[in-house]
Amino acid sequence: MTKKQKNMLYRIVISFSLLAVLMICEHLGVFGALSGSWLLLPVYAVPYLIIGYDIIYKAARNIKNGQIFDENFLMMLATFGAFGVREYSEAAAVMLFYQVGELFQSYAVGKSRQSISEMMDICPEYANIERGGGLEQVDPDDVEVGSIIVVKPGERVPLDGIVTEGESYIDTAALTGESVPRKIVSGKEIFSGCVNGSGTLKIRTTKEFDDSTVAKILELVENASSKKARTEKFITKFAKYYTPVVTIGAVLLAFVPPFILGGGFGEWIQRACTFLVISCPCALVISVPLGFFGGIGAASRMGVLVKGGNYLEAVAEMTTIVFDKTGTLTKGEFRVTEIISAEEGSEEASEKLLELAALGEGYSNHPIAVSIREAYEEKGGKMDMDRVSDAEEIAGHGICVKIDGREVLLGNEKLMQSKEIIYSSVSNAGTIVYAAYEGRFLGALVISDVVKEGAADAIRSMKKVGVKKCVMLTGDRKQAAEAVAAELGIDEVHAELLPGDKVSIVETLLGRQRGNEKLAFAGDGINDAPVLSRADIGIAMGSMGSDAAIEAADVVLMDDDVRKIASVVRCARKTLRIVKQNIVFALGVKALVLILGALGMANMWEAVFADVGVAVIAIMNSMRALKTDIK
Amino acid sequence: MKKKFKLEDLDCANCAAKMEDAIKKISGVHDANVSFMAQKMTIEADDERFDEIMKEVVSVCAKVEPDCKILM
Repeated sequence: MTKKQKNMLYRIVISFSLLAVLMICEHLGVFGALSGSWLLLPVYAVPYLIIGYDIIYKAARNIKNGQIFDENFLMMLATFGAFGVREYSEAAAVMLFYQVGELFQSYAVGKSRQSISEMMDICPEYANIERGGGLEQVDPDDVEVGSIIVVKPGERVPLDGIVTEGESYIDTAALTGESVPRKIVSGKEIFSGCVNGSGTLKIRTTKEFDDSTVAKILELVENASSKKARTEKFITKFAKYYTPVVTIGAVLLAFVPPFILGGGFGEWIQRACTFLVISCPCALVISVPLGFFGGIGAASRMGVLVKGGNYLEAVAEMTTIVFDKTGTLTKGEFRVTEIISAEEGSEEASEKLLELAALGEGYSNHPIAVSIREAYEEKGGKMDMDRVSDAEEIAGHGICVKIDGREVLLGNEKLMQSKEIIYSSVSNAGTIVYAAYEGRFLGALVISDVVKEGAADAIRSMKKVGVKKCVMLTGDRKQAAEAVAAELGIDEVHAELLPGDKVSIVETLLGRQRGNEKLAFAGDGINDAPVLSRADIGIAMGSMGSDAAIEAADVVLMDDDVRKIASVVRCARKTLRIVKQNIVFALGVKALVLILGALGMANMWEAVFADVGVAVIAIMNSMRALKTDIK
Repeated sequence: MKKKFKLEDLDCANCAAKMEDAIKKISGVHDANVSFMAQKMTIEADDERFDEIMKEVVSVCAKVEPDCKILM
């Protein structure tokens, strides 16, 4: 509790005790004939002023400043009204109740703000720099690019850089939501915001603090609250009209019925006062942004940055998602996925095939060649290049090479045909390398891009949360693309695309969306920044993607895990649900108490509940948005 | 120029919205954002007159919510 809140608590306790004593006295008939007379006013004014002096002061000050319809003024008016109709104890009690509610509210908001900022507490406070033999702590802002910084065990990495010395496990949970520590060794890139494990690391910085990962994330999250969701905008607009309308209603209620129906003003003024108490839209104005803030916070804890409440809202309405294949659904790395030997079932033959292919491609740096060598070495093979001679590249076909003095052919079907080798064609998806040894067909290697772990899961869970259509775009051959699509459960494939085609396809798909349905595009950002910004929601891969993509995207997956898209949809839906609950609940209770109040069936107590009580409940409900499970 | 300021004792969300509105009406201010949650204010205004504008911002805020302090 802050000092201010503690002060308020004391005032509440004192005022409450005094009021309780007075009410008991009145009940026991101590005041005798005085009960209900004007003479008791000064007595009740004591607890009233103890608890409410600041309200009256603020009301007066704000009127001077031209701010008439604020809560303070309304509370003052309402309680003065109660004094006017000689409901002294009620006037003091309502003020007391109101202040209790305000205290609750300020406490709840403070708590939620704290828990959000704690979660965002990834900002490093200092960097250790080696100077004159010792370590010196400096502001990360002052560290120049290329400096060597030291990160001790348990410390937060302050700047992006490359590890030059040391070995450790780092906790990247704050950045990616991934809780398993990642091993880091000398020569590897390290991002600011991670927490160092047990080893001391020396890092050569590659970026200034303002450009480092941690500063960028903080900026994104902080700016997120400025991009308001439709619902938030609606509430702001609503609040502008709500207060004056209710206040005018109160004035009408106070003066019109007595003239028409006759009778005293007292009763009607009292009813009007309940109106005034309810007229503050606080419950909505606080709880709605808080809900969105909580939702964005929960997402960022999963390692997904959502750049604004409006995008969170859009994600909740997402029905179509378009994926760029390479780098998003697949790892963007080529691997030998199949070895088809001419002698079926012979382990030895396929081993020999791989060995010869790896040696034959030994001098090439082409990704396909590299993948074959990797596959060979993975199986324990040794690249003994002394065995290779007379390598000759046949453009557009492949290579002809001598291994251990014998001729080996590696290449596509055209190569086999031109060398008149009897081969059997392979129609698998991917790139096919045929191999022949001394004029005899050995078999073929299938090389394809590897699907990301969990990509199929991701599509499945997206379907489960209500995404109707998953589309895949790729520049690959149709066969390869369709094979991947079938494996993952993709509904629609557009293959053999040029980079420019992606925008036009996304535009056609956008045209097919109906009403509030939203379309998302997920890509790694290489060549697709324009598509990212064209789609309703652009989802970029954070660790692999380029800075331009992260800039253009609305949602960033920090660890490139597409499975998290479904989690974000769930988180967004939950947030929206909570926000809607709050709106319905707050407006419902307020409307109900307004009606009851007009009919004379609700008193000040209910009115205060409809104001601060509802606000507190709505705030607590909003906090649930922050607690979305990480799954 | 875009600048961020921390706010102290900004107690009500409605006031934050009112402050934002009032600041936006000051001439020379391109954009303003008062975040109740983050207790922060972002102001984008003309470079040459920034200090002058900030003075106006402070007085406008004092009118809306006298308890709230802008930390410069």
